[in-house]
Amino acid sequence: MAVAILRQGDYLIASIRSDLTDGQLLALRDDLSERVGAQRIRGVIVDVRALDVIDSFMARSLSSIAQTARLRGAEMVIVGIQPDVAIAMVQFDLNLELLRATLDLDEALGLLDQLVTHG
Amino acid sequence: MTDEVRVPINADSDLVPARAQGRALAEGQGFSRTDATLIATAISEVARNIVVHVGRGEIVLRALDEPSRCGLEVVARDDGPGIRDVDAALGHGSSTGRGLGLGLPGARRLMDDFEVASAPGRGTTVTMVKWRVRDELELMRERRRRV
Repeated sequence: MAVAILRQGDYLIASIRSDLTDGQLLALRDDLSERVGAQRIRGVIVDVRALDVIDSFMARSLSSIAQTARLRGAEMVIVGIQPDVAIAMVQFDLNLELLRATLDLDEALGLLDQLVTHG
Repeated sequence: MTDEVRVPINADSDLVPARAQGRALAEGQGFSRTDATLIATAISEVARNIVVHVGRGEIVLRALDEPSRCGLEVVARDDGPGIRDVDAALGHGSSTGRGLGLGLPGARRLMDDFEVASAPGRGTTVTMVKWRVRDELELMRERRRRV
């Protein structure tokens, strides 16, 4: 399985386990968007530590996952962008302002707790 | 040394092995982990260009060895309709600097040499190289090995 998604309270944690095809990334976006509504999710964490390349399409897709989640009433945080991947991502003139990122899962959970008011 | 790897690009799933092969060859050429990532990312961009705009093509990766530097050459080739205005595709003179999406200009920033050869009806070939200067220690070791 390329992505494992587990639920913790009203958060979803999606761990990407290996390099993804474009199709798998778009399927992840659709899956998360669906679950946010169906399971009343308030926060989504996407763990990208296993990705050793994030090119412009993948960066845009991650940004669109964040945007989609927000339109469905949830916040998203990316965890674990590798240092050299971050260097490469900066070379694309992408607007990644919607992407919030932290280095580890604990920080991501802390950030979501600040962003989300639990019902 | 003529290390050459050919990766056929016919679907978006072919980008995964293209990235992995590029990284492996880059590391074999002594590139740092960061440079190997930049190379693999640039390969991903030109491979995606093939998938999105043409549908099929190939990527040839080659190790280059020169006395004072070594490099990795990436050639992305397709027989598609070609690019009418290469300068525009690279974002030259456009106010947004974006050209054909962000892929080609981004790949150019990630590599050292970058060249696009294309004409309508004649396909497109993108050739790009990343170089690594051999340092004194490396050259000394090599000289010693030869003696």
